[in-house]
Amino acid sequence: MKPARFEYHAPTSVDEAVQLLGSLAAEDGRILAGGQSLVPTMAFRLAKPGHLIDINAIATLGQIGSKDGALEIGACVRHAAFHRPVVAGPLGQLMSTVVRHIAHYPIRQRGTFCGSLAHADPASEWCLVAVTLGAQMIALSTRGARTIAAEDYFTGIMTTALAEDELLSQVRIPLLAPDTRFGFREFSRRAGDYAIAMALVTFRLDGGTIVEPRVGIGGAEANPRRIPEAEAALVGKPAELTTFRAAAEIAAEVVEPMEDMQADAIYRRDLVRAMTRRALEQAAQ
Amino acid sequence: MSDKRDITLTVNNRSYSIRVEPRRTLVDAIREDCGQTGTHIGCEHGVCGACTVLVDGAPVRACLMFAVQAANKEIRTVEGLGSVDNLNPLQRAFMEHHALQCGFCTPGFLMLVTGVLEREPDIGDDELIDVLASNLCRCTGYQNIIKAVRAVAHDMRQARSNASA
Repeated sequence: MKPARFEYHAPTSVDEAVQLLGSLAAEDGRILAGGQSLVPTMAFRLAKPGHLIDINAIATLGQIGSKDGALEIGACVRHAAFHRPVVAGPLGQLMSTVVRHIAHYPIRQRGTFCGSLAHADPASEWCLVAVTLGAQMIALSTRGARTIAAEDYFTGIMTTALAEDELLSQVRIPLLAPDTRFGFREFSRRAGDYAIAMALVTFRLDGGTIVEPRVGIGGAEANPRRIPEAEAALVGKPAELTTFRAAAEIAAEVVEPMEDMQADAIYRRDLVRAMTRRALEQAAQ
Repeated sequence: MSDKRDITLTVNNRSYSIRVEPRRTLVDAIREDCGQTGTHIGCEHGVCGACTVLVDGAPVRACLMFAVQAANKEIRTVEGLGSVDNLNPLQRAFMEHHALQCGFCTPGFLMLVTGVLEREPDIGDDELIDVLASNLCRCTGYQNIIKAVRAVAHDMRQARSNASA
């Protein structure tokens, strides 16, 4: 089907975009970045925004770089930018590993990192990365700028703490220590399809024992989140299979899985167990 | 209410001055307003890849971009590859390896592969399979498409190493 009629705006500065959003949000004005989720939704007429504010012509939003110990990702940075590591060290490696699981090559040429976070699909890989690594979201509106911590940002299925008139202009992810290990495992029915469950883990090793573990689960619940109970089961333990099995078991127990056509709660729980253990094993290698 | 916009699309180095509503997708504009019907429309929501074209060198779904967004960008479609009498190497490889049957998905596959091999000439065989999973083909079962693309990728690498030797 064809999208319904809308008014098109193409601001060339962030200020202009924020002003437009401020005045048009009440008339169902929406930001258009990569459009790889929004436009299909419009084609199905599930979304009929009155106005689209296309931010692709704003050059500053395409910037990416590290500053003050964090990777700063502008609103128009495409998924494809992460095909090769964007920063030296484990964070760049982690993101270039994860990006291969996001949709398909042509979709990654248009879709944006920040757009994924604004869309907040439960199965979004970038949302899992953001929450697991403690990202900060920079939201701009005519009222000014504010920073939202990842743990406060996701509030449900495709629902975030962003207000209607706020532009997610940038996401900051803390750089990882050089000796950080990571593992990522995702299960989906077909290549490029949505994750039914996925796990992202990071930790460091101190004399063979696990330090600063992070365990994030996505696709299973309404939004991705860290699992503190599983992390507690890893701290100070040897990086070996019995440890990983125990932590994975806890993760499977504490999640409250969604149920849908693809998977019931029992199956999702089982996938959380398997993905967590495999991600931990990958990190230990 | 006439909210149409005058834009210029550059398709295969030819300029088309057209007037479109903002909701006009790029693929509709290429076919209906520019008359270049080699690019096909399948699912219209980004899943099938039949409408894949190159925009400033990147293979993208033309059903997930609005025509107004492609103004003043360089668009390439299957019409720009080769002609019936003079197929380009990729088109020839598709024919030689029987990489098409009904042919509906072929323009999308050709543009996808053209874009990927231009941008990533050293792409490995496994990664190529991953790329080809982007587009749907309901006839071939993909094996012959993979054969054709691997053959072309191999020939391109060979040609480059001969040139640098």
